[in-house]
Amino acid sequence: MAKLDSKIPKGPLSDKWTNHKSKINLVSPANKRQIDVIVVGTGLAGASASATLAELGYNVKTFCFQDSPRRAHSIAAQGGINAAKNYQGDGDSTYRLFYDTIKGGDYRSREANVYRLAEVSTNIIDQCVAQGVPFARDYGGLLDNRSFGGVLVSRTFYAKGQTGQQLLLGAYSAMNRQIGRGKIKMYNRHEMMDLVVVDGKARGIITRNLVDGKIERHSAHAVVIASGGYGNVFFLSTNAMGSNTSAGWKIHKKGAHFANPCFTQIHPTCIPVSGDHQSKLTLMSESLRNDGRIWVPKKLEDAKAIREGNLKPTDLSEADRDYYLERRYPAFGNLVPRDVASRAAKERCDAGFGVNRTGEAVYLDFAAAVIRYGKEQAHIKGLNEEDEVLVKNLGQEVVRSKYGNLFQMYEKIVDQNPYETPMMIYPAVHYTMGGVWVDYNLMTSIPGCFAIGEANFSDHGANRLGASALMQGLADGYFILPYTIGDYLSDDIRTGTIPIDSPEFEAAEKEVKDQLDAFINNKGNHSVDYYHRKLGKIMWDKCGMSRNEKGLKDAMREIKALREDFYKNVNVPGSQNEFNEQLAKAGRVADFLELGELFAKDALERTESCGGHFREESQTPEGEALRDDENFTFVSAWEYKGEPADAVLRKEELNFEEIEVKTRSYK
Amino acid sequence: MNLTLKIWRQANAAAKGNIETYPISDVSPDMSFLEMMDVLNEELMVKGIDPVAFDHDCREGICGMCSMFINGEAHGPDRLVTTCQLHMRKFNDGDTITIEPFRANAFPVIKDLTVDRSAFDRIQQAGGFVSVNTSGNTQDANSIPIDKHDADKAFDAAICIGCGACVASCKNASAMLFVSAKVSQYALLPQGKIEATDRVLNMVKQMDDEGFGNCTNTGACEVECPKGISLENIARMNREYYSASLEG
Repeated sequence: MAKLDSKIPKGPLSDKWTNHKSKINLVSPANKRQIDVIVVGTGLAGASASATLAELGYNVKTFCFQDSPRRAHSIAAQGGINAAKNYQGDGDSTYRLFYDTIKGGDYRSREANVYRLAEVSTNIIDQCVAQGVPFARDYGGLLDNRSFGGVLVSRTFYAKGQTGQQLLLGAYSAMNRQIGRGKIKMYNRHEMMDLVVVDGKARGIITRNLVDGKIERHSAHAVVIASGGYGNVFFLSTNAMGSNTSAGWKIHKKGAHFANPCFTQIHPTCIPVSGDHQSKLTLMSESLRNDGRIWVPKKLEDAKAIREGNLKPTDLSEADRDYYLERRYPAFGNLVPRDVASRAAKERCDAGFGVNRTGEAVYLDFAAAVIRYGKEQAHIKGLNEEDEVLVKNLGQEVVRSKYGNLFQMYEKIVDQNPYETPMMIYPAVHYTMGGVWVDYNLMTSIPGCFAIGEANFSDHGANRLGASALMQGLADGYFILPYTIGDYLSDDIRTGTIPIDSPEFEAAEKEVKDQLDAFINNKGNHSVDYYHRKLGKIMWDKCGMSRNEKGLKDAMREIKALREDFYKNVNVPGSQNEFNEQLAKAGRVADFLELGELFAKDALERTESCGGHFREESQTPEGEALRDDENFTFVSAWEYKGEPADAVLRKEELNFEEIEVKTRSYK
Repeated sequence: MNLTLKIWRQANAAAKGNIETYPISDVSPDMSFLEMMDVLNEELMVKGIDPVAFDHDCREGICGMCSMFINGEAHGPDRLVTTCQLHMRKFNDGDTITIEPFRANAFPVIKDLTVDRSAFDRIQQAGGFVSVNTSGNTQDANSIPIDKHDADKAFDAAICIGCGACVASCKNASAMLFVSAKVSQYALLPQGKIEATDRVLNMVKQMDDEGFGNCTNTGACEVECPKGISLENIARMNREYYSASLEG
């Protein structure tokens, strides 16, 4: 295996991308028509890449497992998208966005990639507005902004609590234009089952048509994986039910390194678990922390009384509340980064201050914001600012206009009115910073196989800042991959169509069919979900918000045993040649059962704490994460060697030329 | 809660379907409707019965994939929610619940409660976009101020999730609410106005070609729409269509 080469261009940080773009090889318009590109996944990254590659003239084949590309889970992103526009004149700049992202990621991301991301962020907003994305505006007709965690400026563009939906529909519309022109061939309800490598290069994929079960071969000159993150390895997460790691895991097994799997984001504001029947968790956008204040009772007996239903949160006076984020982190308060906020919530709940039946919930309270906005409105309208009922009504209207859909969602799920009583929230698995290792060109360690968006590892280090996932997905898809892929494809202008009858396609297809047959013929006695739930419990208990050596070793052993049991005893009903959701799920869970073990191994090896990865053995006396820069300033890229436990660690050292590596403090 | 479920079973598009009855017990009022279906499917598999196929993905009301017709209503009895956000507390112990797929000629059944809504994609492909390339060289996002009221109205139309509840609820299986939401979003924004004429003509033609019915203004679509898309959009599309026809 070749040395891990990140291919970061030489020269000053701020010139790297511009110089790189000027120097890399191009493919002429006439030659682009001779080149095929496969894109797997239609979230922000996949949809934007598909549209742009087709606009450039490549023949694009795009695949999604849902019934339409518009369903991809980017659609559920709520709060917003960052861009260093500095429209608010509050001191924002490309450098500041870059700095915030590196610091937010706890100094475990690549400087050059992050700078490029900050640099193209402004283009994204221009592009989306030109596409007709209806961002929020102020009364002067200009774009509005809000603030997100871990930063001191307002750089987040938004469309109420549906920013991801609007951005995805923008990218979907750009795709639709190209599908209409015949430049993208769209395959809905198709699952990628394996990557086909010919002469060391990615040359195609094997897919299964989820409607009739047909196994198909598709060839191309390059394959782009844009299949999202692996949060569903925890069973319960804010991911969609179908979100899976299979595309990324299949290419890992074919030679792509998998980087930093243990860097997982546990999002602080999600609706708490209500019972054993729970199938997924629902996020309440971080944007709520602009106006909501997080607290638990100050006294243990009050917390107990609330849990038992003998006391209401609204009965507690200010003096009896502990606004613990404001107390511990006065500079950033409720807008500390997600990893910090999540750990702080867990700390209070573990200490017995949790406020719901299970003791695993804290309050997110809008009462202060309602009064603040209400008084402001009363003042503007020349009404009585001392009239409490009036002020409350006016304030609630403002809160509704900002967060209406989130409040409605909360009320439908929890059956409580969040305008009258504080919301209850608890951390939940949300995003995975780790993913397929890629170089500066977003190419994996398999030539011709690229990974973009959440599927790769590159930009967020050990913790992602809010409103940066949308930014990265669209940056990769619209503005980075379309350039860098050309450099690779310039060698392929004379290759011609890749045949699908080669022995490599033959072998890959046979392997896929054999696995499907094995599932169907297994006739075991446990459902796929039985295993998925068990895996999720191991992951949450031992690889969740806080990790230690013993737990991680146990997790590796337990996951391996569970995987062996799965192959012996799983039951998949029906047949291969039909619409069979259980069969599709079996393949996805099989991959999670491997990834989970590598996840635990990665967490075990990294004995420092950083970002979302908290090792109990490595903390400050105040309980903050303690990094070990001397020994761990690197990316862990794992090379597949059969069993996950046998994976070999390849280190990509991280060099910080521009930024001084410091202890991350939000105090 | 103990319930009786009457569910449409159909092996594939060509097969003849029928209603099957399944009892289910110990349903928690805090379960979502789809979590109740998960429990049913686990029970069916234990009995060796093929689980009920249904579309679902995000389970937070935004992807538009879930699509059941419950007791005669798209997405069931609650308002402004998709099936995945409908909770069992909206039902009573002892209820019988009838669950069917979204029915329309343009939405053929794939299996059980799963239907093919790709007609919606094809309508969008006919014109649901602004023809601007991804050059990175578009003008600055703030160079064209947009009246906040127009921007908000465009947003209200743009939040359509493409689930098809409007079609399933309409006695004519009309897709007017869906199509008009997209036409309206762009008609209200300066970026969309440039191609407004071709857009509305092409999208309406595709809608007709797909076999959706006509609109007779009964308004069932607006009532059942989980995102509260307003009939006003249909009026706006009609206006756009007539003026486009005159120009054409």
